[in-house]
Amino acid sequence: MTDQTLHRTVQHAARTGGDSPVVQPPSTKTGVIGWLRANLFSTWYNSLATLILLYILAKLVPGIIDWLFISAVWSHTEPEVCRAADGACWAFIHEKYRLILFGTYPFDEQWRPTLAVLLYLVLLLASCNRAFWKPWLGVAWVVLLAVIGTLMYGGIFGLTQVPTTRWGGLPLTLMLASFALAIGFPLGILMALGRRSDLPIVRMLSVAYIELIRGVPLITVLFMASVMLPLFLPQGVSINNLLRAQIGIILFASAYLAEVVRGGLQAIPKGQYEAADSIGLGYWQKTRLIILPQALRISIPPLVNTFIGLFKDTSLVIIVGLFDLVGAAKAALTDPSWRGFYRESYFFIAMIYFVFCFSMSKYSQHLEKKLNVGTRR
Amino acid sequence: MSLASERQSPTAHAASGSPIIEMTGVNKWFGEFHVLKEIHLAVERKERIVICGPSGSGKSTMIRCINALEEHQRGKIVVDGIELTSNLKNIDAIRREVGMVFQQFNLFPHLTVMENLTLAPIWVRKVPKKEAEETAMYYLERVRIPEQAQKYPGQLSGGQQQRVAIARSLCMKPKIMLFDEPTSALDPEMVKEVLDTMVSLAEEGMTMLCVTHEMGFARTVADRVIFMDFGEIVEQNRPDDFFGNPQSDRLKLFLSQILH
Ligand SMILES: Nc1ncnc2c1ncn2[C@@H]1O[C@H](COP(=O)(O)OP(=O)(O)O)[C@@H](O)[C@H]1O
Ligand SMILES: [Mg+2]
Repeated sequence: MTDQTLHRTVQHAARTGGDSPVVQPPSTKTGVIGWLRANLFSTWYNSLATLILLYILAKLVPGIIDWLFISAVWSHTEPEVCRAADGACWAFIHEKYRLILFGTYPFDEQWRPTLAVLLYLVLLLASCNRAFWKPWLGVAWVVLLAVIGTLMYGGIFGLTQVPTTRWGGLPLTLMLASFALAIGFPLGILMALGRRSDLPIVRMLSVAYIELIRGVPLITVLFMASVMLPLFLPQGVSINNLLRAQIGIILFASAYLAEVVRGGLQAIPKGQYEAADSIGLGYWQKTRLIILPQALRISIPPLVNTFIGLFKDTSLVIIVGLFDLVGAAKAALTDPSWRGFYRESYFFIAMIYFVFCFSMSKYSQHLEKKLNVGTRR
Repeated sequence: MSLASERQSPTAHAASGSPIIEMTGVNKWFGEFHVLKEIHLAVERKERIVICGPSGSGKSTMIRCINALEEHQRGKIVVDGIELTSNLKNIDAIRREVGMVFQQFNLFPHLTVMENLTLAPIWVRKVPKKEAEETAMYYLERVRIPEQAQKYPGQLSGGQQQRVAIARSLCMKPKIMLFDEPTSALDPEMVKEVLDTMVSLAEEGMTMLCVTHEMGFARTVADRVIFMDFGEIVEQNRPDDFFGNPQSDRLKLFLSQILH
């Protein structure tokens, strides 16, 4: 029956398409002029806003371009040359980039964090491809983590040992952020499920955990992890500072992600749960196969928002004495002969942060589109 | 395709074994609100029952108690020899035997039609994927939409979605099918295709409980029609007597309202 209806509709569409002349949109709505008119000068206040913005851009852009490129010092020279110039001193970055990227990691061993970061980025990029979302990818990550750990820490295979206190810069930032997401996200999902559980104890514990951690700033969580965690441990057992900070960030991430996931869970209609129940799926099957795939999909934008926030928040570890990217950039400024080039230093790391955050944002948009294909009505 | 089985009266079945569903003195409250009052209902194997009654009279709640989507608070429900208690094992066992079709279809929008159909057989009945897909294809042909197997529910019309929902339940090879106003959310031109599917299912001897206001369906298919009002079963009878000779004033009023 429906197929007949469909058939008729198709025939109808074909007929109208064949008989009536093709009508073009009026020319004022197309082309560059049409676009400008429609988007920038449609009303008098729109035109005014456009003109004001153009004025501001005309004032700002030339100065920025001049500082960044034209008057900038690009060659690798002495600080004095830089101080004489009007533009940015890229010679500073040239001089200090290894310190900024790797912190106090021994200079001669810095090929190790370089290799670790490269390997990490390669597998990260590969993981973006949905065709690779197979069990072996998980295995690959475990292997890679072992390799990275070995590279960074050393102590075997003739690699000199580098204690975690000397780790810093980009590898540290990537590590803190990656573990925060990789462990915090599943933990957050469990907390979100717990908060909606039928079991009162589970629900209460989840609520307490989420509200407690969300109720205090990350700085406090880091301090607590750094100062108070050792108090809970049996005598003689000590966890190193890096691990303590990492645990703090994971706890913080999980509480925030839990609330994002809960938002997604709440958007799933009751009928989905009932249908899953009625065909006999158990709680975990229902959650894994029906509820979470839908809830996480609609949560992608806020999830990525939180991911990006967490990625940048890792810079707070500076307060427990770790030198992440920001910390290392600050440290680079303490060299007396290169003092004062803070703009260049911060611009450099800002670009690094931007590349990572922007990629995350773009990838999430791509993923959203891909995953929406089936369900778009 | 359909085996035209001979219509038999419920009494004929009663002799052939114990009821497949037995509700005795079932009561349920939503908070203070007494939604089901002393429900007694025995359903024989292969019996086809239509349940009607005003909105809010407890029809949905009653059939949802049968597969434990709602929990009853007093009384006893036995389905295919298994008593429904809060014991999760019993609930799982009963849900494997009872299929349910909802007013809003409730297909899983992130899965293809084929995945919707094979999910429960694979994960609950542990059927191999290939076999589950063959079964799914068989039932898609039965509901006459095999060509939609690889589409997503959102790409189908309401009538097609409801037929997929019926097929999804059938893939679990249930002994009982519950329908909760399966055609109420459909555009008028799609009602028939869904009813046709249900008729052919009835002809094959499926035990069915249908909440519906499709009185034509009730007349041609039902062995028994039940009228509910204010959480009670007010009257039940064979369709010809139910429609031709209603006893209670409430049913007379109800019929006069819907039969125009
Ligand atoms: N989950 C619920 N909580 C509270 N009241 C409910 C709930 N579900 C249904 N009800 C109420 O119970 C009564 C019967 O509902 P229902 O069984 O859906 O009626 P019907 O299907 O006959 O229209 C209605 O008054 C409805 O408002
Ligand atoms: Mg209802």
